[in-house]
Amino acid sequence: MIEVLSETRCTSCNVCVKACPANVFDAVPGHVPVIARQEDCQTCFLCEIYCPVDALYVATDPEHVTGITESTVVEAGLFGSYARALGWRKGREGGADRDPTHQLRQASLTGARSTAP
Amino acid sequence: MPDHIRLQSDVLVIGGGPAACWAALAAREAGCSVVLVDKGYVGTSGATAPSNTGTWFATTPEQRARLVAERAKQAEGLADVRQMGRVIDAATQHLNLLAERGYPFPRDDEGELYIANLRGPDYMRFLRTQLVRAGVTIRDHHPALELLVAGEVVAGAAGFARQLDRNWEARAGAVVIATGGCAFGSRILGATGLTGDGQLMAAELGASLSGMEFSNQYGIVPLHSSVNKGLPYFWASFYRTDGSAIDIPPGQRFPILARESLEGPIYARLDRATGALPDALRRGQPNCFLPFDRAGIDPFSDAFPIALRSEGTVRGTGGLRRADDDCSVGIPGLFAAGDALERQDIAGAATGGGGPNASWAIATGVWSGKGAAAFALRLGSRAHERTVRPAGQAGLRPAASTRTVDAAEAVALVREEMLPVDRNFFRSAPKLDGSLARLDAAWGAVRDHAQGSGATAFRLREAAALLASSRWAYRAALLRTETRGMHRRLDAAGSDPAQMRRISIAGVDQPSLGFDIQPAEAAAS
Ligand SMILES: Cc1cc2nc3c(=O)[nH]c(=O)nc-3n(C[C@H](O)[C@H](O)[C@H](O)COP(=O)(O)OP(=O)(O)OC[C@H]3O[C@@H](n4cnc5c(N)ncnc54)[C@H](O)[C@@H]3O)c2cc1C
Ligand code: SF4
Ligand code: SF4
Repeated sequence: MIEVLSETRCTSCNVCVKACPANVFDAVPGHVPVIARQEDCQTCFLCEIYCPVDALYVATDPEHVTGITESTVVEAGLFGSYARALGWRKGREGGADRDPTHQLRQASLTGARSTAP
Repeated sequence: MPDHIRLQSDVLVIGGGPAACWAALAAREAGCSVVLVDKGYVGTSGATAPSNTGTWFATTPEQRARLVAERAKQAEGLADVRQMGRVIDAATQHLNLLAERGYPFPRDDEGELYIANLRGPDYMRFLRTQLVRAGVTIRDHHPALELLVAGEVVAGAAGFARQLDRNWEARAGAVVIATGGCAFGSRILGATGLTGDGQLMAAELGASLSGMEFSNQYGIVPLHSSVNKGLPYFWASFYRTDGSAIDIPPGQRFPILARESLEGPIYARLDRATGALPDALRRGQPNCFLPFDRAGIDPFSDAFPIALRSEGTVRGTGGLRRADDDCSVGIPGLFAAGDALERQDIAGAATGGGGPNASWAIATGVWSGKGAAAFALRLGSRAHERTVRPAGQAGLRPAASTRTVDAAEAVALVREEMLPVDRNFFRSAPKLDGSLARLDAAWGAVRDHAQGSGATAFRLREAAALLASSRWAYRAALLRTETRGMHRRLDAAGSDPAQMRRISIAGVDQPSLGFDIQPAEAAAS
């Protein structure tokens, strides 16, 4: 679930409020948004890549809050890590044209393989 | 609450995944004004956005024939080869159109555009841009709660704008339901909003469903995460707690892992990926690595715990039944597309994952959009002069006295009955009967007493829809007294040739169901 919204990084642009498909955040006038409905989070990680300043961190457990803190996320270098892996930057898409998935599918087809989604 | 938001268009599309987007684009191209309402945000909502989806397409007749033959075999007699061909052709055409319009497909080693994979976040963001360019009115965070009818004809929908705290009402000449599958509250990628709302809305007007017994596909998730991506496990070995390897004969991965998972914890390691593969996996499927990187685990050398999570009808095949090639659902003015429709045509009793589903969303999106446009254009401006009434029942208009009904409690019950492997992966009559008794009781409470407005109505409607899909699924599962595809009956282990028929189900409160008289191919063509 979404666990960290860094108040020091956040610019209150409210992109996450708009882009979260589960409507987890609430905008707060003159302040950074709040995580208002954490239990609705579907752990899709998409707010992370839409945030222009890498201020959000989603823990991978979709059922329980892990309690991870901002400093742990910073130390592990995890802010913005999904965006970097995809090639998205500052909330803008990128990297799909460099996707090497064809190598995977080729390898999986040359092995004896029943269709695995 | 302030006044209703009023919307008006020739075609109203309900949903915000690929099927909805393709439907909206097709209706717009046919010359219609289009409003699209999504529960979430177009670009991030639905099952595609957080995933990567392989596609199903063919560039030569031989390849097309091979794809059809492969899937027909897995479908165990319930597919329709004519529809398979139509889907492959329409998807191939529109994947090429995506490339023409500038979607950044990568190139393969021969320098050819590689259209066999769509990166979810990029694809859905690209489609959003296409909608904006085409002049589609997009309303994010506007879940539909019910349909509007003029006499017997669907004339729009009504819902709640979550971020504006206002109700909305949209009048239209025709409506496309593209609300996705039903995930029964499972925490898999993209599934929070997939509660089967469209199936309920259509069934309230008499539309029928099919394939609902095939609603129990399960996927592997690592480290208790939401990431139900299957591709990496092609290179996995599986283990028990004591380190002994789990032997998996070809095609038996899920039944074996499901059985083992009931005995004790199970683990995987991607130790069959060697050479350039780990790097290609990492770069090609970044979402698969989120759980590992965040836990500091190297999945190529460390064994990690895995679990099976239900994927409901998202990777199952049940849903609304199509009445014709235009994707009408048999109610005038009402069309459907994508996972909201049943997909036995292309997948039968097996999963449509791994390509067919993504291509189905494209193809049926386009067909339903065109069908809805033609219907709306025939009505012309008369459409908006009609007197309409709202058609929603359970959760909105109680059949008896109003009483507080806890939507969260109903959702929790659905999860308990529908998600566990020992209940729904391995089925049996006593377990199905027990679940149905509890689901029916919860349904009765919602039907008789639930009423709310605004956000409460939204939650109650989701609960009603989840209960409706669960009740259809288990009724169909009880009727099919055999094992076929993903439907596994412990008390009826073999397949029965006499049951090589589809099951149709209609009605919400007292569903009536039965086997089709004709075999699948003849019935659907
Ligand atoms: C992890 C994962 C991997 C997958 N991989 C593959 C693959 O490799 N190949 C493949 O073919 N398929 C794959 N699939 C399946 C594929 O993603 C779906 O078939 C596809 O997304 C269906 O598109 P859709 O538009 O019908 O539904 P979705 O994309 O699920 O969209 C449904 C939309 O309806 C909206 N909605 C729901 N209720 C309402 C309401 N009441 N009012 C308004 N809007 C509503 C939701 O917000 C959402 O936008 C995968 C699925 C998952 C989860
Ligand atoms: S998107 Fe990022 S910067 Fe913008 S409000 Fe959300 S957390 Fe803050
Ligand atoms: S992970 Fe997905 S559902 Fe959760 S807050 Fe982020 S965008 Fe919303």
